[in-house]
Amino acid sequence: MNILNLLSDIEKVDPEVFDRLDSRRRVFQHLSGLGGKLAAAAVPLALGAVLNKAYAGATATQASVLEVLNYALLLEHLEANFYNLGMVNTSITGGLSANNVKALNTIRADENNHVIFLRGVISAAPFSSTPVNPAVSDFDYTGAQGGARAALFPDVLSNAATFLAVAQALEDTGVRAYKGSATDLMANKTVLEAALNIHSVEARHAARLRTMRRGGALTDRASLVAAVPGSASTSPKSWVTGRDANGPAPGKTDAVYGPGTPATGTAATIFFPAEDNLTQASANIATLLNSAAIAGLTSPNATLAASEAFDEPLDMATVKAIARNFVRTGTPTFALLS
Amino acid sequence: MSDSSFFGSGALERRTFLRVVGASAATASLVLAGCSDPAPEPTPTVQNQLLLGESDTGLLNYFYLLKQLEVAFYQKIVDTPPSNLVAGDKAAFDDLRDHGLAHRETLRFALGASTYETRLERPLAFDFSSIVLTSRVGVLTAAQQLEDLSVAAYAGALPLLVAPTTVALLAKIASVEARHAAFVRDLRTPGTFAGNDVVVNAGALQSVSLAKTPVQVVEEAKAFFLPFVVVTQSLPSA
Repeated sequence: MNILNLLSDIEKVDPEVFDRLDSRRRVFQHLSGLGGKLAAAAVPLALGAVLNKAYAGATATQASVLEVLNYALLLEHLEANFYNLGMVNTSITGGLSANNVKALNTIRADENNHVIFLRGVISAAPFSSTPVNPAVSDFDYTGAQGGARAALFPDVLSNAATFLAVAQALEDTGVRAYKGSATDLMANKTVLEAALNIHSVEARHAARLRTMRRGGALTDRASLVAAVPGSASTSPKSWVTGRDANGPAPGKTDAVYGPGTPATGTAATIFFPAEDNLTQASANIATLLNSAAIAGLTSPNATLAASEAFDEPLDMATVKAIARNFVRTGTPTFALLS
Repeated sequence: MSDSSFFGSGALERRTFLRVVGASAATASLVLAGCSDPAPEPTPTVQNQLLLGESDTGLLNYFYLLKQLEVAFYQKIVDTPPSNLVAGDKAAFDDLRDHGLAHRETLRFALGASTYETRLERPLAFDFSSIVLTSRVGVLTAAQQLEDLSVAAYAGALPLLVAPTTVALLAKIASVEARHAAFVRDLRTPGTFAGNDVVVNAGALQSVSLAKTPVQVVEEAKAFFLPFVVVTQSLPSA
């Protein structure tokens, strides 16, 4: 097999083949490494994978990696700033147990570090770009958008319970936002892996906040408190069940658990169903579990599991609409989220 | 066939080529068309080697195997709970088992006839002799180990996938694994949901979780697969 001739032939019809493969040098490093590691029989398949990776982006109509990075940075600023304001307020910290204060300070530090990390990635090669830099005053966590409308959460920065409720909505949104953009980052595997790593930290935060809300702001061993069935708004599980009864503040947080755009599609497309979705890879997972007749798994529990076991992604436009609730109208940040 | 005949005429337009190469099935045959040597003999199978396959299918089998391990573990706790479990623990382990079942059956469905099990004579029995299943702290320690490992496995292997829809599907599971990990860690030691041992606490990657490659994950979990040895060499590594 002559890989060099094959690539050379591809180049005759697609002069950009080597650009698609990152660089000529990297392709040959990749292939020579494969040759050392794999049986000869596996090389054609491995080369197929290389070509698939190279051409996956050729047909994609997806946002650029840099656009996603700046979008993620805006969301991290939204979160970091929220904890920065709340956790210096004694009316918040005074309403929380010692363990809960510690947990929220951990989350606060993580979010601020995510901001630093993303700014570093955007500033460095290959992007070498200037990261977006929203002003602290652009945010309004009451949901009044700087006075443009009535506040959704008037006591968010003075009441621990409200603070935790908004925190849960922000973290659950963050999880869905990173997930919704994952496939847009496949052109840069380093960024994709970093984003998936941040994504999992956001999910850890969300789980902890849900645990705290379930146990109560002043309960130190919140994890020992079980969720009250049927009370997902006030007593959430650490994972999302159905639409979580529209979230911590029904009527205000519905979109965090609702569908994105497009909400439906086939197994071959990327789409953004609501959190109560039961279908994965075109199979109804509840039906799949029931037909597997697994000992000890009741039909109602199969339906719950089919929803809870999968966090659903959200598209950029839907996430931006959620984020705008916490931004003053007329500011540069509001414009970036529009 | 000779190397030049496929493209030799120059009649293949770039647009056509992009369309052809965009389909993965076509890619495999195109690449195979570049071969002039007869296919080499397959590597002989060594006894107790567990082969996962290649490319996206191999990675799906890797996640399927890890999920089978997790479900088998939770099933043991649900069947024979340690006597000192506290109120609420049992319901939590039921949820973790049920979620694992949903993931396992989804992965099995996605793999169809390509599960690694078709190459086995009998289903894998996992070896839990390395962990303590008879005390609360024992099962929470093991659950934390498995959930943290799973979180790292998803972050490390998703970038190795080729099909965007598979990335999208597995990303839905990845964050639920992180929720599980955080919950189990808090059950064991409150406040450790994003502890320094799983989330980097210094340097440029501060507050970013640690991804692990399939090779690293299988190495950490190898005791559970005994007497089988999971072969990772065929999985994508870049």
